[in-house]
Amino acid sequence: MSRSAPEPGRAWTKWLLRRLGLAALTLWLISIVVFLATNALGDPARAILGRSATPERLAALQARLHMDQSIVERYFSWLGGVFTGDLGESLTGGGSVGALIGPRIANSAVLVLIAAVVIIPVAGFLAIVAARRHGKRTDSLIQVIMLAVAALPEFVIGILLVALLSTTVFRILPSVSLSAGGPPWTNVQAMVLPVLTLVLAVVPYVSRILRASLIEVLESDYVEMARLKGLPEGLAVRRHALANAVVPAIQVMALQLAWLAGGIVVVENVFQYQGIGMTLVDAVRNRDLPVVQALALLIAAVYVVVNLIADVLTILVTPRLRTAVR
Amino acid sequence: MNGSWSRAFRVSLRYPRTWAGLVLTGVIAVVALLGPLLAPHGPNDIVGRPYAKPGGKAAFGTDYLGQDVLSRLLEGGFSVLVTAVLATVLGMVVGVVAGLVAGYAKGWLDEVIMRLTDVVLAFPQIVLALVLLTVAGPQQWLIIVIVGLSHAPRVARLTRGMTTTLATREFIQSAEAMGEPRGRIMFGELLPNMSGPLLAELGLRLTYSIGLVASIGFLGFVADPRAADWGMMINENRLALLVQPWAILAPVIAIAVLTVGTNLVADGIAAAAANADQNEEASA
Repeated sequence: MSRSAPEPGRAWTKWLLRRLGLAALTLWLISIVVFLATNALGDPARAILGRSATPERLAALQARLHMDQSIVERYFSWLGGVFTGDLGESLTGGGSVGALIGPRIANSAVLVLIAAVVIIPVAGFLAIVAARRHGKRTDSLIQVIMLAVAALPEFVIGILLVALLSTTVFRILPSVSLSAGGPPWTNVQAMVLPVLTLVLAVVPYVSRILRASLIEVLESDYVEMARLKGLPEGLAVRRHALANAVVPAIQVMALQLAWLAGGIVVVENVFQYQGIGMTLVDAVRNRDLPVVQALALLIAAVYVVVNLIADVLTILVTPRLRTAVR
Repeated sequence: MNGSWSRAFRVSLRYPRTWAGLVLTGVIAVVALLGPLLAPHGPNDIVGRPYAKPGGKAAFGTDYLGQDVLSRLLEGGFSVLVTAVLATVLGMVVGVVAGLVAGYAKGWLDEVIMRLTDVVLAFPQIVLALVLLTVAGPQQWLIIVIVGLSHAPRVARLTRGMTTTLATREFIQSAEAMGEPRGRIMFGELLPNMSGPLLAELGLRLTYSIGLVASIGFLGFVADPRAADWGMMINENRLALLVQPWAILAPVIAIAVLTVGTNLVADGIAAAAANADQNEEASA
């Protein structure tokens, strides 16, 4: 650490600027992908109206979508709208896209947050148990179960849980997230199955990463030294292994959010939970392009920003990395 | 070159989980591929009233229209399996080539390929698929292309990482010194030395492809809504869980067994590859 770069402060600023620039570039490219995907893969007006559209209605919709302008002009006017918070009008529901998706974003955020809060301790517990019995029967049993659960698509997990707990074997939980008015998460009972599905879908990945980094630390020289000095195993785990799990934990939390963002799309549809996942699928089905564009952009942007934050935090909590950046 | 791939697979057969996975995958693959020949009824034949319990002409009961669940189960795996396999092959080929080029050429080409992977990786795979299907509509070839391309950046990252490590090794440097063409070095020297991890990745990507294709079907995006498709069957019979659970549990279990099987095989290959790596390090 004594042979660090001559001006670590400057190197760090340079790294940060480059990282921010890359994130901005990625976000810009994402906006192009989203726009092209919803405009260049066919005639949007024709796709929306279907084959039976009359020429008059087609012309009217093409005018409404500004199809007379070039695709570049349309892209920039859309992008300008995104920057000023004007996401356009929903083609099916009427009303602005912002007003439509705002409450749905909140609903999904609550679902993701509750799932994340449950996932961390569960995955951490499984990882510690497996790492401490590394190579023994308990460890391999946990690994095989995790492997099997990780293989299952989210909707398969969801439907198996519904069959088990709601309709076929036991009938103790509601299978759809309907609430009498108010946001869906106010119906606590109906939240159990969606959250449980997301937890089962993500825990195998998180616990696998945590287990690997725990094993690496537990087999490292300094933990071995601590053991030789007579430190009890539990204390060795707590004092050394967990302290060294901060960096993997930051990265895992960022990854977890990315997995949950994909997971909610399917899981919300299994349980009819009124969030962005269900809204996105409905919008794709109805070819409500402004809603599809807004949600796709939002989901990808959250991923980029969360990863940016995770990378910066990783560098900040690791002195070794902070001075090594070029 | 073929040698290194089949060896990587053979080594994995020492692990019981590989065998377990092969058996599970094999059973479902046989059902999916030969099923259409064995189905007792046509997929759209009405054999009874909707949601009839198992028995009589329909061993697994009937679905929401009164179609035979067993026949549709036998018919509905083919499209899922073939679509997933083709998408996986496409994603592996594109990803491996992009990763090799990025990792070996370095410079601006590397930079461009990596930025493109950043963009695709920002979208959860299912979101990318939905966005690309919005205007074009669910067509079979498009689903193959989309699922394949959504895998490519992930495969490219892995391949690029291995390429940059291997490129510093002695046998590559001596091949370069002897003036071997770059293409031959990439595909003749570098690629065979990644066979273990890439084969494991292939298994993993197949697992995710099956899940993704089935999820797209479950969300209702299939080319022909009347055709039998495991994902779509689960969607259209959602209400059956209370009255006729087989209409929905049969395809759910088929998908579950298939994905667990392919994932077990992938893990067996990965474990074998990791072990081979350690042995090599120990002997070096």
